[in-house]
Amino acid sequence: MANIEVDGKSYETDEEGYLVDLTTWNADVANYIAKVENIDMTEQHWEVINFLREYFEEYQIAPAVRVLTKAIGKKLGADKGTSEYLYGLFPYGPGKQACKIAGLPKPTGCV
Amino acid sequence: MSDITAPAYRVIPIIPALKPGAMEGKGPFVASEKINEAIGFPGNLVDDWHDKAIAKMGELLSKYRSLKVYMDACVHCGACSDKCHYFIGTQDPKNMPVARQDLMRSVYRRYFTLPGKLFPKLVGARDLTREVLDEWYNYFNQCSECRRCSVFCPYGIDTAEVTMAAREILDSIGYGQKYSNEIIGKVHKIGNNLGLPGPALIDTLEGLEEDVKEDTGIDVKFPIDVKGAEVLLITPSADFFAEPHIDSLIGYAKVFHATGTSWTLSSMASEAGNFGMFIGNYEQLRKIALRIREAALELGVKRIVVGECGHAWRVAYSFWNTLSGVGDGASEVDRFAQMLQKQLDHRYKQPTHICEFTWDAIERNALTFDKAKNDKHIITFHDSCNVARGSRMGDFAGGQFEIPRNIIKAVANNFVEMDPNTTRERTFCCGGGGGLLTDDLLEIRVKGALPRMEALNQAKEEHGVNFMATICAICKAQFTKVLPIYGFDRRVVGGVHQLVSNAIILGDKK
Repeated sequence: MANIEVDGKSYETDEEGYLVDLTTWNADVANYIAKVENIDMTEQHWEVINFLREYFEEYQIAPAVRVLTKAIGKKLGADKGTSEYLYGLFPYGPGKQACKIAGLPKPTGCV
Repeated sequence: MSDITAPAYRVIPIIPALKPGAMEGKGPFVASEKINEAIGFPGNLVDDWHDKAIAKMGELLSKYRSLKVYMDACVHCGACSDKCHYFIGTQDPKNMPVARQDLMRSVYRRYFTLPGKLFPKLVGARDLTREVLDEWYNYFNQCSECRRCSVFCPYGIDTAEVTMAAREILDSIGYGQKYSNEIIGKVHKIGNNLGLPGPALIDTLEGLEEDVKEDTGIDVKFPIDVKGAEVLLITPSADFFAEPHIDSLIGYAKVFHATGTSWTLSSMASEAGNFGMFIGNYEQLRKIALRIREAALELGVKRIVVGECGHAWRVAYSFWNTLSGVGDGASEVDRFAQMLQKQLDHRYKQPTHICEFTWDAIERNALTFDKAKNDKHIITFHDSCNVARGSRMGDFAGGQFEIPRNIIKAVANNFVEMDPNTTRERTFCCGGGGGLLTDDLLEIRVKGALPRMEALNQAKEEHGVNFMATICAICKAQFTKVLPIYGFDRRVVGGVHQLVSNAIILGDKK
């Protein structure tokens, strides 16, 4: 267990930097985690993060990569509904890296 | 993590120079109190860990005769030393299979043999100190239990079993690994390793129905929890979630559609994987397997088919019969196992691998393919370790090697083999098996992939191979991650049923 400090507030994370208490997430924490991951958050990144959070709210899990690409494609145009686009935004893999920034638990298993 | 680079390909693939201590360290993240207690293990390292560990070792030695034989039989001939992918990739002598066994063998000698009790130094016997225990934790989590070394051992010593025993001992004293134990907790609590709840699963499957309809114009169904279906498909949860896994799931559904098979998934047993095997824990192994029996009884299915998951097929093929009554062999007094035996249709193999199912349909001429749809691929096949060395398919020796290859050749025009020293029973692990498929072990995963990447690269240079098919969710996830580090596109890896899906012609057969 570890803690990250953002704007004088402390947030608990696990060994890999995922937030422990998902309800403590906010945009500042997201920006902070993104920085640690070497990602400059742009509007395009936020579109993905926001979708992840909406989906999680409903289903208590991050969406499958295919569900994510399809949703992004519908929202932002077919050219963006590809895993290439998502890997471009989140090079370590849209599943894990985007989840971490969105404050969602890490997908486990054979993924 | 970004500083992990691929080791250079060897010019002549022989025993590499030794780098003692290359992979020393603390090992993967240790399971937390919460994770351990959720599955009935002590939360943290117990105070009397030394005595408990030795007692547990004694229990395992008396329970598993094989373990005692493995402890006694090794003559240090060296046949195994250069056969482990982790040794080849890391050059750490402690990753030689014999050295990995010796971590336990030295302790065994000290506490369970007379010479070791009297003259420990003379026979390489060691006290179980905290340093030794930490060394166990580190190096027994650098073995993927792939059993390649055992193919070359003249005594047939199975290092996988030694690793399983070591992990069982470690778990019994509260020193388990986070990745595996967290996943086992999720499968009990939610029904699958991913933690994918029913509604998310249903949403994903509905999305797939839309996609396939859009692609093909055909209503291919992805049914779930349908009572009275003929086939229950048990597949790794990664098939619902990850790329390229999901393309094989689409392939299975198309095969069921084209053969007119009524089938269903189960939200209760939405996972083929069984990490109980990885940690060598029989109770966990059984408990996870029993979910499948429960689902089969509840849904009243006649057949159980297993999707593309390597270790699940080993568990299903080798252990389900006595664990759960899928396949003959359960105890006479195991009421539910006997009930399931009566329910299942014994004209078919129970369980059946999806490759057996598809190949049977191809042989019966029940499927048609447009092989040209796979012409952009020059395909090779990576044998997954647990399928290759822990199971079989079909009714002839080596069926687990031939049947997946036969399917590929039936659905595609371009198939070539990799170096025969790296395929079939000699196949190399992907580098991520046995509970090692976690980000905190990425270094060992990248290095352990070296021999497979060398063989793939050779096939690419010689034949232009651009697609490596496999039938294991771990292999797919591992290669997706490590291929780019070796300079390949991550989409070079994919499933056998992904190729089936590309080429299958749906609709009425002429």
